[in-house]
Amino acid sequence: MWSYLARRILIGIPTLWAIITVCFFLMRLTPGGPFDSAAPIPQEILANLRARYHLDDPLWQQYLSYLWNLLHWDFGPSFKYKDFTVTELIAQGFPVSFQNGLAALLLAIAVGVPMGIAAALAQNTPRDYAVSGLAMTGIVIPNFVMGQLLILIFGVWLKDSIFHLPAGGWNNGAFVNRILPTVTLALPFIAYLARITRGSMIEVMRANYVRTARAKGLPFRAVVIRHALKSALTPVVTFLGPATAFILTGSMVVETIFQIPGIGRYFVQGALNRDYTLVMGVTILSAALMIFMNLMVDLIYGLLDPKVRYD
Amino acid sequence: MTDVNLVTPAIPVPDVIEGRSLWQDAWRRLLRNRAALASLIILGVIAFLSIFGPYALAWSYDQIDWDHVEAVPPSLALKHYLGTDSVGRDLLARTLFGGRVSLTVGLLATGVALFIGVTVGAVSGYLGGKVDQVLMRFVDLMYSVPLTFFVIILMVLFGRNFILMFLAIGSVEWLTMARIVRGQTLTLKHREFMEAARASGGSTVSILLRHVVPNVLGVVIVYVTLTIPQVILLESFLSFLGLGVQEPMTSWGVLINEGAAELEITPRTLIVPAIFMTATLFCFNFLGDGLRDALDPKDR
Repeated sequence: MWSYLARRILIGIPTLWAIITVCFFLMRLTPGGPFDSAAPIPQEILANLRARYHLDDPLWQQYLSYLWNLLHWDFGPSFKYKDFTVTELIAQGFPVSFQNGLAALLLAIAVGVPMGIAAALAQNTPRDYAVSGLAMTGIVIPNFVMGQLLILIFGVWLKDSIFHLPAGGWNNGAFVNRILPTVTLALPFIAYLARITRGSMIEVMRANYVRTARAKGLPFRAVVIRHALKSALTPVVTFLGPATAFILTGSMVVETIFQIPGIGRYFVQGALNRDYTLVMGVTILSAALMIFMNLMVDLIYGLLDPKVRYD
Repeated sequence: MTDVNLVTPAIPVPDVIEGRSLWQDAWRRLLRNRAALASLIILGVIAFLSIFGPYALAWSYDQIDWDHVEAVPPSLALKHYLGTDSVGRDLLARTLFGGRVSLTVGLLATGVALFIGVTVGAVSGYLGGKVDQVLMRFVDLMYSVPLTFFVIILMVLFGRNFILMFLAIGSVEWLTMARIVRGQTLTLKHREFMEAARASGGSTVSILLRHVVPNVLGVVIVYVTLTIPQVILLESFLSFLGLGVQEPMTSWGVLINEGAAELEITPRTLIVPAIFMTATLFCFNFLGDGLRDALDPKDR
């Protein structure tokens, strides 16, 4: 198991390096740059700017010094947020995105998994159809529409009632400001989780060992919780691994709609402004998160399924 | 004369007894699934309207009604059957044209994903060994790339180009397809008919094309119907970030995004394209589920 872990981490490093390299050259080799603007900048200033950010050095030299700085935890200066380094921006934005994502994830698990179980245990009844219908609705409505609908309902229509919620802003993480973004972020995940849990639960409930457990007279509740749920959760964990990392991506929309100063919004604005270093920083961070979560998933498999061996 | 009646069979037996192929069987099962059949019909109607509808309307998608440069409510007299958007463009014409764009992106991007995924998966599974190792390592590597980030970077760098859009989306959606096809190919590889094909001297390419690909088609079709709605959603997500198709071209994603901004004043500018898009996504999902049941009879 430890050698497996070590090997996986060792594979993760070149993967990360490959992602960094592809992103770096993709961005530098295409036309346009961070200092393009509608009002032309005087030549002298442009030259100074380019010198300041080492844009006139040969590309390979820029690449090597970028890698070198990365090793020292330095993501470079941001091109657009002039007084900030990317490390500072990420240090500001990541905790916000992380808290938001974690809350949404917990909400999604707390609602989605029980919904799926409830549907699976009553297959082909109205309850099952209701859950499946709701799940499908959650999947097909884009979250930017859902977010704006929720703002309209709770921010505008219910403005004078006790259900009024702020339409946007972060307000240093006040609880009322977090409700709508968290719910918007969680809804599609609730839907996916309910659907996946339902499918795997139905399959597991037909398995022989579940029949055995019921035949030996265990109460139904114990069969479901102690025997079926454990292996029914394997596909759920598979989904949750990348999804946890994806919550950062999903948060691009949510953070833009609700004006939350998180890392997703930095990425969108950075990409639109050609803020090379900022885009690179966020991409590297989420790639590292993705690699880490995939590793966690593989380790959790071992806990859920005794047939899994690490060799 | 009565015994003649006894001899005449109640059911006329055709001269040649035709076998039913797997596909005919699956097709029958699909038609018996009411949700899938309804989805198929609705998708057909939406596709038909998107393709031919714009020709039948009095207004085109990019035409501004200069007499009414404002949100006109639905009116038969002005031939704005569902009204106009905030600058006086016919909503129905825009929605139908947007459908054309969204469906095209969905189909083409999925086509790209299908092509790459089936090729990589079949080659990897069939050849095995070093080739398999290299290709699957590459797929694993791609899985740890935050792909939506990647699509956004591509769209920003190369401009909002229609062709690039489906190429970019397609080139990130093929991974799961490759894994599925590889798994199927591995189970097929050692079956008797494959050995027979090899023994009778079929080349690798012809075995792949004539024996492997047709046999993985069932699984692939299910996955395709489930990928198309994902691509349409991804396109609408790009449109939301301002990276979708460019004005005056439009898509459901662009329309929904415009409509959501005017939700309070003219809710129908959101509702109309949203109904078309969600109906399409619903139907593809139901169709995918129906196809899975139809092609996989063991799970009944």
